[in-house]
Amino acid sequence: MARMKFLCDADRCIDCNACVTACKNENEVPWGINRRRVVTINDGKPGERSVSMACMHCTDAPCAAVCPVSCIYPTEDGIVLHSKDLCIGCGYCFYACPFGAPQYPKVGDFGSRGKMDKCTYCAGGGGAEAPGSAAEFEKYGSDRFGAGKLPLCAEMCSTKSLLAGDGDVIAQIYKERVLKRGYGSGAWGWMTAYREDIEV
Amino acid sequence: MAFFARIRLAAFVMLFLGLMVATPSIAQKLGPDGAPNPTASATNERDLLAQFPRAEGRIDIPDTKAAVLIQPAGRTWDYFHEVLLHWGGAVVILGTIGVLGLAYLVIGRIRITAGRSGQKILRFKTFERISHWLTAVSFVILGLTGLNITFGKIVLLPVIGPDAFSDISQTAKYVHNFVSFSFMMGLLLIVAIFFKDNLPEKVDLEWLKRGGGFIKNKHAPAGRFNLGEKAVYWLSLLAGIAISVSGLLLLFPFYGTNIADMQIAQVVHAVVAVLFVALILGHIYIGTLGMEGAFEAMGSGEVDLNWAKEHHDLWLARKLASEERPTQPSATPAE
Repeated sequence: MARMKFLCDADRCIDCNACVTACKNENEVPWGINRRRVVTINDGKPGERSVSMACMHCTDAPCAAVCPVSCIYPTEDGIVLHSKDLCIGCGYCFYACPFGAPQYPKVGDFGSRGKMDKCTYCAGGGGAEAPGSAAEFEKYGSDRFGAGKLPLCAEMCSTKSLLAGDGDVIAQIYKERVLKRGYGSGAWGWMTAYREDIEV
Repeated sequence: MAFFARIRLAAFVMLFLGLMVATPSIAQKLGPDGAPNPTASATNERDLLAQFPRAEGRIDIPDTKAAVLIQPAGRTWDYFHEVLLHWGGAVVILGTIGVLGLAYLVIGRIRITAGRSGQKILRFKTFERISHWLTAVSFVILGLTGLNITFGKIVLLPVIGPDAFSDISQTAKYVHNFVSFSFMMGLLLIVAIFFKDNLPEKVDLEWLKRGGGFIKNKHAPAGRFNLGEKAVYWLSLLAGIAISVSGLLLLFPFYGTNIADMQIAQVVHAVVAVLFVALILGHIYIGTLGMEGAFEAMGSGEVDLNWAKEHHDLWLARKLASEERPTQPSATPAE
């Protein structure tokens, strides 16, 4: 089985936020929830870089480890999914997540965050709903992955900065790019998420 | 003129030396083919994280905490929560229960040596007892619901299954969040009511020297509260402040706090909670199983005269003295 990963080539990201919009539209996520976002490092300074970030679907996902009700788990493709039926909205996954991926529909005073929502790699949900069903879409969003497609954010990326797919394949693509153009600011988040870097 | 010429020469040499130093760094900004390297001034993740604890930037959305791109401390917090807290918490709490069990087996129940006199004397007024039990009931509820968040998935989840466990945990979360206010109120009341009697006295040292009443046939003198009780009071006050402040931060996430503050608040909350539970387990033991005649002080409020003589002689003497000289010429016993 292929291990699915995300990779953002920051030297190609132009901060257009099309990935963010694609995600919101494809999964029809409510207001205030941003499964994907673009963060600009050194904004306005020399060497400014933008990075598109969502759930990285970590190896040994810390969110899954700290969840008090164990509702987060990795699939055999390495995609980290969760069950909103079991989630109690405690907010621990947000404290553990190195990438700020978990989102909550409410502000969270007195622990009233509501059910956690995050990037599902466009692979539906981790609950009891049938894959690709309307009930699943309502709760978790699109199941493109089940139909053999990759996450829409990466598919839509105009500069092909955001890559999704088999980790080995996208790492190879990135390596070739860096070798060809002669530079690369690295695979952002890979060391923290997958405990490995792409050495060129 | 020679002076200015020399200055000009010095300036030229300086400029030349400066260029020699600067040239390599300029060269680095060019690629192997002489084209400018666009990443020469770009930061990469490794350098950024070597410099700062988190990689942060600008974000287009109003959610300010989303500006944190990468915070590797999340994995550290995961390690604390899943390894250190699980092991530390289990060792401290089970260890305390073990030590108390051992104390019961070795020392046993501390009896009233002279036996019960049958005469009662009021130790805690109704309001004092209400304050105590408000705090105590809140504490037990908070303790159990809090332990569920940490240990529930190990202890309870395999027994009752994920659906029932999630329902219980969700309810427990809300109970924990709202009972916290009755706990804080009870704690404030206790701290205020018993403040004066918990100030350190000279007799506390004497009490300690004589083994705190744990050694048979060795009387340990004490006022209204002995040094052991005072320790419970002051440690509860400190733990109570730490747990209340960190708890309030957790109740209102990201109000003036960032991700690191939230993690620290949770660590403080969890560590203090475990120690607090251990302290209160000791307090519960000595107030119930560990000592004859102690529970009724907080139960009915009245203790046996002989118990008071053996454990709080100075307080009893003061109390009896004040009762002998009533300020009001009334036949009702002074409270």
